[in-house]
Amino acid sequence: MAEVLVYVDHVDGAVRKPTLELLTLARRIGEPVAVALGNGAGDTAAVLAEHGAVKVLTHEAAEYADYLVVPKVDALQAAHEAVSPAAVLVPSSAEGKEIAARLALRLGSGIITDAVDLEAGDEGPVATQSVFAASFTTKSRVSKGTPVITVKPNSAAVEAAPAAGAVEALSVSFSAQATGTKVTGRTPRESTGRPELTEAAIVVSGGRGVNGAENFAIIEALADSLGAAVGASRAAVDAGWYPHTNQVGQTGKSVSPQLYIANGISGAIQHRAGMQTSKTIVAVNKDAEAPIFDLVDYGVVGDLFDVVPALTEEIKTRKG
Amino acid sequence: MSLRIVVTVKYVPDATGDRHFADDLTVDRDDVDGLLSELDEYAVEQALQISENSDDDVEITVLTVGPEDAKDALRKALSMGADKAIHVEDDDIHGTDAIGTSLVLAKAIEKAGYDLVISGMASTDGTMGVVPALLAERLGVPQVTLLSEVSVEDGTVKGRRDGDAASESLEASLPAVVSVTDQSGEARYPSFKGIMAAKKKPVESWDLSDLDLEAEEVGLEGAYTTVDGAAERPARTAGTIVKDEGEGGKQLAEFLAGQKFI
Repeated sequence: MAEVLVYVDHVDGAVRKPTLELLTLARRIGEPVAVALGNGAGDTAAVLAEHGAVKVLTHEAAEYADYLVVPKVDALQAAHEAVSPAAVLVPSSAEGKEIAARLALRLGSGIITDAVDLEAGDEGPVATQSVFAASFTTKSRVSKGTPVITVKPNSAAVEAAPAAGAVEALSVSFSAQATGTKVTGRTPRESTGRPELTEAAIVVSGGRGVNGAENFAIIEALADSLGAAVGASRAAVDAGWYPHTNQVGQTGKSVSPQLYIANGISGAIQHRAGMQTSKTIVAVNKDAEAPIFDLVDYGVVGDLFDVVPALTEEIKTRKG
Repeated sequence: MSLRIVVTVKYVPDATGDRHFADDLTVDRDDVDGLLSELDEYAVEQALQISENSDDDVEITVLTVGPEDAKDALRKALSMGADKAIHVEDDDIHGTDAIGTSLVLAKAIEKAGYDLVISGMASTDGTMGVVPALLAERLGVPQVTLLSEVSVEDGTVKGRRDGDAASESLEASLPAVVSVTDQSGEARYPSFKGIMAAKKKPVESWDLSDLDLEAEEVGLEGAYTTVDGAAERPARTAGTIVKDEGEGGKQLAEFLAGQKFI
């Protein structure tokens, strides 16, 4: 069976959920071979094996943290030479897409980004994408070279599928470009204790209607009652009420959770682009004419300052 | 010292319009008005700010690849303050994918001459966000991408990249490719003076032969990816909408419980 390279997104050996989802999708088109790079790469093997990796290629070097993107491209290229895979899958993070693009160019291959589903086809893997603010669904494939495909988080359920997960050291020689962009400082994001926005099963968002940074506390309280991530519309971010890293929409993050709760968000096309693929959509807004109500499974026309705290209380009561 | 900045911009279908696919599964540009991709306005703005903060002689060229109408995007950038424009236009370019677009842009950038390339983080239509990285790979220069802050001094570009896990400070020597996010600083509106001045600024038109490219290297024929089908997402069935008369929160909780979210 053909092998499929899966790029492992991890933090010091802790594998992030989108990579485990990729292993599930990779098994539909071949045998997953994981590539883990940088500090803690070896520590990823157990969980990767549990989720279907037949092999885990690892390489640790300071270059992965000290320089931007290119060392990782060099390593994936080396893995491609070692394995000759049927496809290369990379999580659709900002960095993942850059790594995948440069790799595709080097391999003389096409690239598909932000796939939301993947299946085997007669002429190679077929990727489903959601385009034009999720108003269209396309089916595409790479027609030249080894398909390089990035996949959005929440595109597949994580499934356990124990495999050998044999660890092998990958031999990498860095290119002249590898050290071109120095990372001169790094400030880790402070943990909020909430799930990562793009990976969360439930996202609770606030927009212009939240009307102030201090009022985001009621959005956070609702999120915490559901174990959800907090999102914000561009209006709320531009007003300085919530960090840009939490922005949902065309210029922020695109999310596809099981449940999306929009509070005080009108639902401009730019916002819809980032959340329209959510499975269940709920909105609370004072304005009955707000376009967000065209998308919802359930909507409450009302003041979020009344509805949201009442909802939070009710959830807490029900959860006991 | 002089600094040559090339800003890559894209003419995109208005996202608030009714976007569709044409019969060949490329984007139908006839039915929807086009405009300068909003995210590229930030790239133009940063080029202007680098110029304003520099003691060097800075020349800003805006570059686009696109149909005849794409000149509108160039005019907008010129009216914001860019010095000159290059329009790569050729019928054979229709249907070019990201890999092919990066080829055309890289050839044009090399022909124009550059010390710094600045792009928006992604186009607002395709939203792939891969072209800046592809340009760096093709040009063989550092990529300093997804910056929310950028500065250039003494042949070095510095910036801040705000990622999911961390905020990183980056540094590279010129020449380099930079991309900026919508957090880099609000783009200015063209002044009346700027709009009038833009009419007199030079716009060069190049085709594939000017870039030593063959038709089969680009377009649908040269594409590395194939779109097999596009379907309009079925309209969502009308949801339940209730008016809050004191019980809105409870009713919503009831719905969420019914869906097993609580």
